[in-house]
Amino acid sequence: MNGFQGETLSWQVVDGTIELLLDRPPCNEIGSATLADLESFATALESLQRDAHALIISSARPEGFCAGADLRELYQRSQVLEHHERIAGLRDFLGRIHIVMNAIDAAPVTTIAAVHGVTFGGGFELALTCDLIIADKMARFCFPELRLGLIPGFGGIPRLKRDLGNAVVRDLLLTGRSINATKAQSVGLVSQVSAEGDALHLARSTAAQLKKFDRASASAAKRFIKPIPYDMLRHEIEIFCDLFTRPAVEAGLRKFVESKDPLPYLP
Amino acid sequence: MTTLQTTTEQILQLASEQFKVPRETLTADDDFFQKLGINSLQALDLLTRLEQHFQIELPDYELQGVSDFRTLAERIQSRL
Repeated sequence: MNGFQGETLSWQVVDGTIELLLDRPPCNEIGSATLADLESFATALESLQRDAHALIISSARPEGFCAGADLRELYQRSQVLEHHERIAGLRDFLGRIHIVMNAIDAAPVTTIAAVHGVTFGGGFELALTCDLIIADKMARFCFPELRLGLIPGFGGIPRLKRDLGNAVVRDLLLTGRSINATKAQSVGLVSQVSAEGDALHLARSTAAQLKKFDRASASAAKRFIKPIPYDMLRHEIEIFCDLFTRPAVEAGLRKFVESKDPLPYLP
Repeated sequence: MTTLQTTTEQILQLASEQFKVPRETLTADDDFFQKLGINSLQALDLLTRLEQHFQIELPDYELQGVSDFRTLAERIQSRL
């Protein structure tokens, strides 16, 4: 299937490039519906990549690339489940999203995240699965999870540690601050910074460049330079589930969901 | 050296242009959330534009509890 229109995203193949477009209001929060669509994409990716050389992930939402996990859904679901069911459901969700993230991370095609605006939490983690991040100059990156008493759960820390120095990981993780595209480029996170509204355009011209190279060679180079940190990823799920059982997390989620704070995203 | 007054004026000018609010209606003591009618995502947008304009990094936790232009200018001034 060369094209797909789901509830939260769509994809198509254009001139040898798979274009995955996130489109769930308000800002592509990743909940059960997005996960199901991403799983469909991961399944389709196996056949799509046979005829493609690149994958671009972008967002149709003006607010940004992705604001992360759907915390409202997470909180509401946790309220109607017993403790053991809550943890089992969480573990299942994390296991499934990790399979999707790992599939994108390991895809033999060269992958590009074309991001703008809010690229927070799970959205940042999705971008980190890609080989290149091309950022609109107004993009902001953040791991705000500590404010909820959690750590990023979609593979963000292992992938950021793989790609950047540990000090950068600690800065973003422990302060929960957001950084802009210029800063992200200066630390090596972002490959290119575009003018406002031009990230996807820049990603497409980069994908056109990638087409000039032999696919097998590009794929071998990627496998060589981009190992997937499976052990750390599994460990991350364990830490996340352990932390999730603490009362402080439920309180943090409730505070976020019920917040009237004009800056609920700030740590 | 940039003074606090100059910094404040530049912030007011930038906010006026970005959010299409007449400059003469903005004062340093205004609550920028109310006056500009912005939400949290637009506030992040403003933060990015301020960082670009002043060529600084402004950690967002420093803006917690800040809602008036004057205090915002003081936070920026301390990083110039």
